[in-house]
Amino acid sequence: MQAERKSETLTGWLLAAPLTLVLLFFLILPIAMIFVVSFWGATEFSIYPAFQFDNYQFLFSSPVTYQVFAKTFMYAGVTWACTLVIGFAVAHFLAFHVRSLTWQIALFLLCTIPFWTSNIIRMISWIPFLGRNGIANSTLMELGIIREPLEWLLYSDFAVILAFVHLYTLFMVVPIFNTMMRIDRSLIEAARDNGASGFQILTNVIIPLTKPGIMIGSIFVVTLVMGDFVTVRIMSGSQSANVGRLISNDIGLLQYPSAAATAMVLLATVLIMIAIMLRFVNIRKEL
Amino acid sequence: MRTEKDLELVALTKRYGDSLAVDSINHVFPAGGYVCLLGPSGCGKSSTLRMIAGHESVTEGSIVLEGAEIAHLPPARRGTAMMFQSYALFPHLSVEENVAFSLKMKGVDKATRLGRARELLELVDMTKFAGRLPAQLSGGQQQRVALARALITKPRVLLLDEPLSALDPFLRVRMRAELKKLQRELGILFIHVTHGQDEALALADQVVLMNVGRIEQAGTARDVFDAPRTEFVARFMGGHNIVGRPGERYAVRSDRVRLDRSAASGLRARVSGIEYQGASVHVALACPGEGELTAVLPDRDFFAAPLDPEAAVGVTWDPADQHRLGA
Repeated sequence: MQAERKSETLTGWLLAAPLTLVLLFFLILPIAMIFVVSFWGATEFSIYPAFQFDNYQFLFSSPVTYQVFAKTFMYAGVTWACTLVIGFAVAHFLAFHVRSLTWQIALFLLCTIPFWTSNIIRMISWIPFLGRNGIANSTLMELGIIREPLEWLLYSDFAVILAFVHLYTLFMVVPIFNTMMRIDRSLIEAARDNGASGFQILTNVIIPLTKPGIMIGSIFVVTLVMGDFVTVRIMSGSQSANVGRLISNDIGLLQYPSAAATAMVLLATVLIMIAIMLRFVNIRKEL
Repeated sequence: MRTEKDLELVALTKRYGDSLAVDSINHVFPAGGYVCLLGPSGCGKSSTLRMIAGHESVTEGSIVLEGAEIAHLPPARRGTAMMFQSYALFPHLSVEENVAFSLKMKGVDKATRLGRARELLELVDMTKFAGRLPAQLSGGQQQRVALARALITKPRVLLLDEPLSALDPFLRVRMRAELKKLQRELGILFIHVTHGQDEALALADQVVLMNVGRIEQAGTARDVFDAPRTEFVARFMGGHNIVGRPGERYAVRSDRVRLDRSAASGLRARVSGIEYQGASVHVALACPGEGELTAVLPDRDFFAAPLDPEAAVGVTWDPADQHRLGA
């Protein structure tokens, strides 16, 4: 009996070990390394181990940091709002208006088609569309809506957010759709039986019950946008910067300690944002 | 018996594509009655109920409540309220908010609607659970909340879709009694869909037995059980023996069958099984020419002169107890 219990304990540990090791080596250890390096010092040509707060001090005293963080929040906020509206609408359509499962699956797969190519390709494909002499401008000019090509279509915040929305809306659709599919259809009938109009059903039944999915989607989108740097670089034509680009620039200049400090601040910011979001909605039952 | 307050179905039909779910039924539900729509699954009873509620479109025919055609009205404006099979309580709202939901939809202010909800919760004896979420309630408690939510709209007809099927047998009997009591107190028409004939017999003033989209027989619970009109009714209600030749068949209640232990009179039969049921004893009989018959004997009669398996007996009944069956 004793031996059996002992072997059960051992089995338990052994079963948990692989995941623990993976997380330890590929998550905890790298973050710990970044944390340690963020206190190191650097000259133009070398970095040296130290324990100093110079990197953080510089980061928090530079107005650039605040501008860049503000920009990053702006990207995250606007992208979040756009993906939420589009994602909710698409998920609602798939879950409540498409009746047959076959069509649901077919349309759902249709949504994933953009993901069959890489991120960068999808972004770059916007360039001929949005460019000065691109399809959008020439069509608008032919239709006589504008006379001069619109300059803000490409290499602008508009382009950055457009690309973000394009890239990440699916991350909103999937969890919201998943939650909506679990809503008992008789609840909607019950609401109608109680005199709720279509809009009242949406605000009183569907949205409250879809909150966990909305929250999971929001976490995906916010973390992805907060951590991005490629989209911002390509779509803004290097004219805009977010925190990701700040880090990537530092790395390009071999300023690893400074990059590490910025990364730590970004990580803390994102964690705080997620913590706040989780306070509003309990997503546990979705997992 | 007809009053102006009746609910009447006129040639009510429901088609799903090519299949006919409800085949042009006509029926008058008396105001203030307890009516059970009874039948096997797929007989059209739920479709009928959902058409009355307005959750299913009517293919043809009309639904008339208190002299007004309601088939084209939205559910909430028909004067009906529905209690769903799984209760369909809103999981994110507390008990009192669930009950007050329809008032909230009408834009009644919070204090008034919660006050009304309290009154209804009092009616179903759930006041002390007002602040709980549905998931924190037992099945029977959820059902009471669902009842309160349906009744807050002051419906003239309450539609119950298999309301007891989600409960365990013990609770089912208790909630059954509560439903009946509530109906008597409120004096409104209850239409209760069920596939359990015992539930229908226990509750209904009127039983409407349906089969393949048609009403097979409608009448008081006693009429339907005592004098089944067709073989289907006799078999569905149970407790009947069906005897006779094709084209001329009769139903005889099992408890009206008498056994002649000397085997001198009646149909000759052999005892093929004996089941003790407490108050009664079910004797299965193999009868050449008639197949399996059942005799239900009071336990006292049986044990006064117990039968052995394989014993030969004569099966008799009073001719007044046999009912001719239609096709």
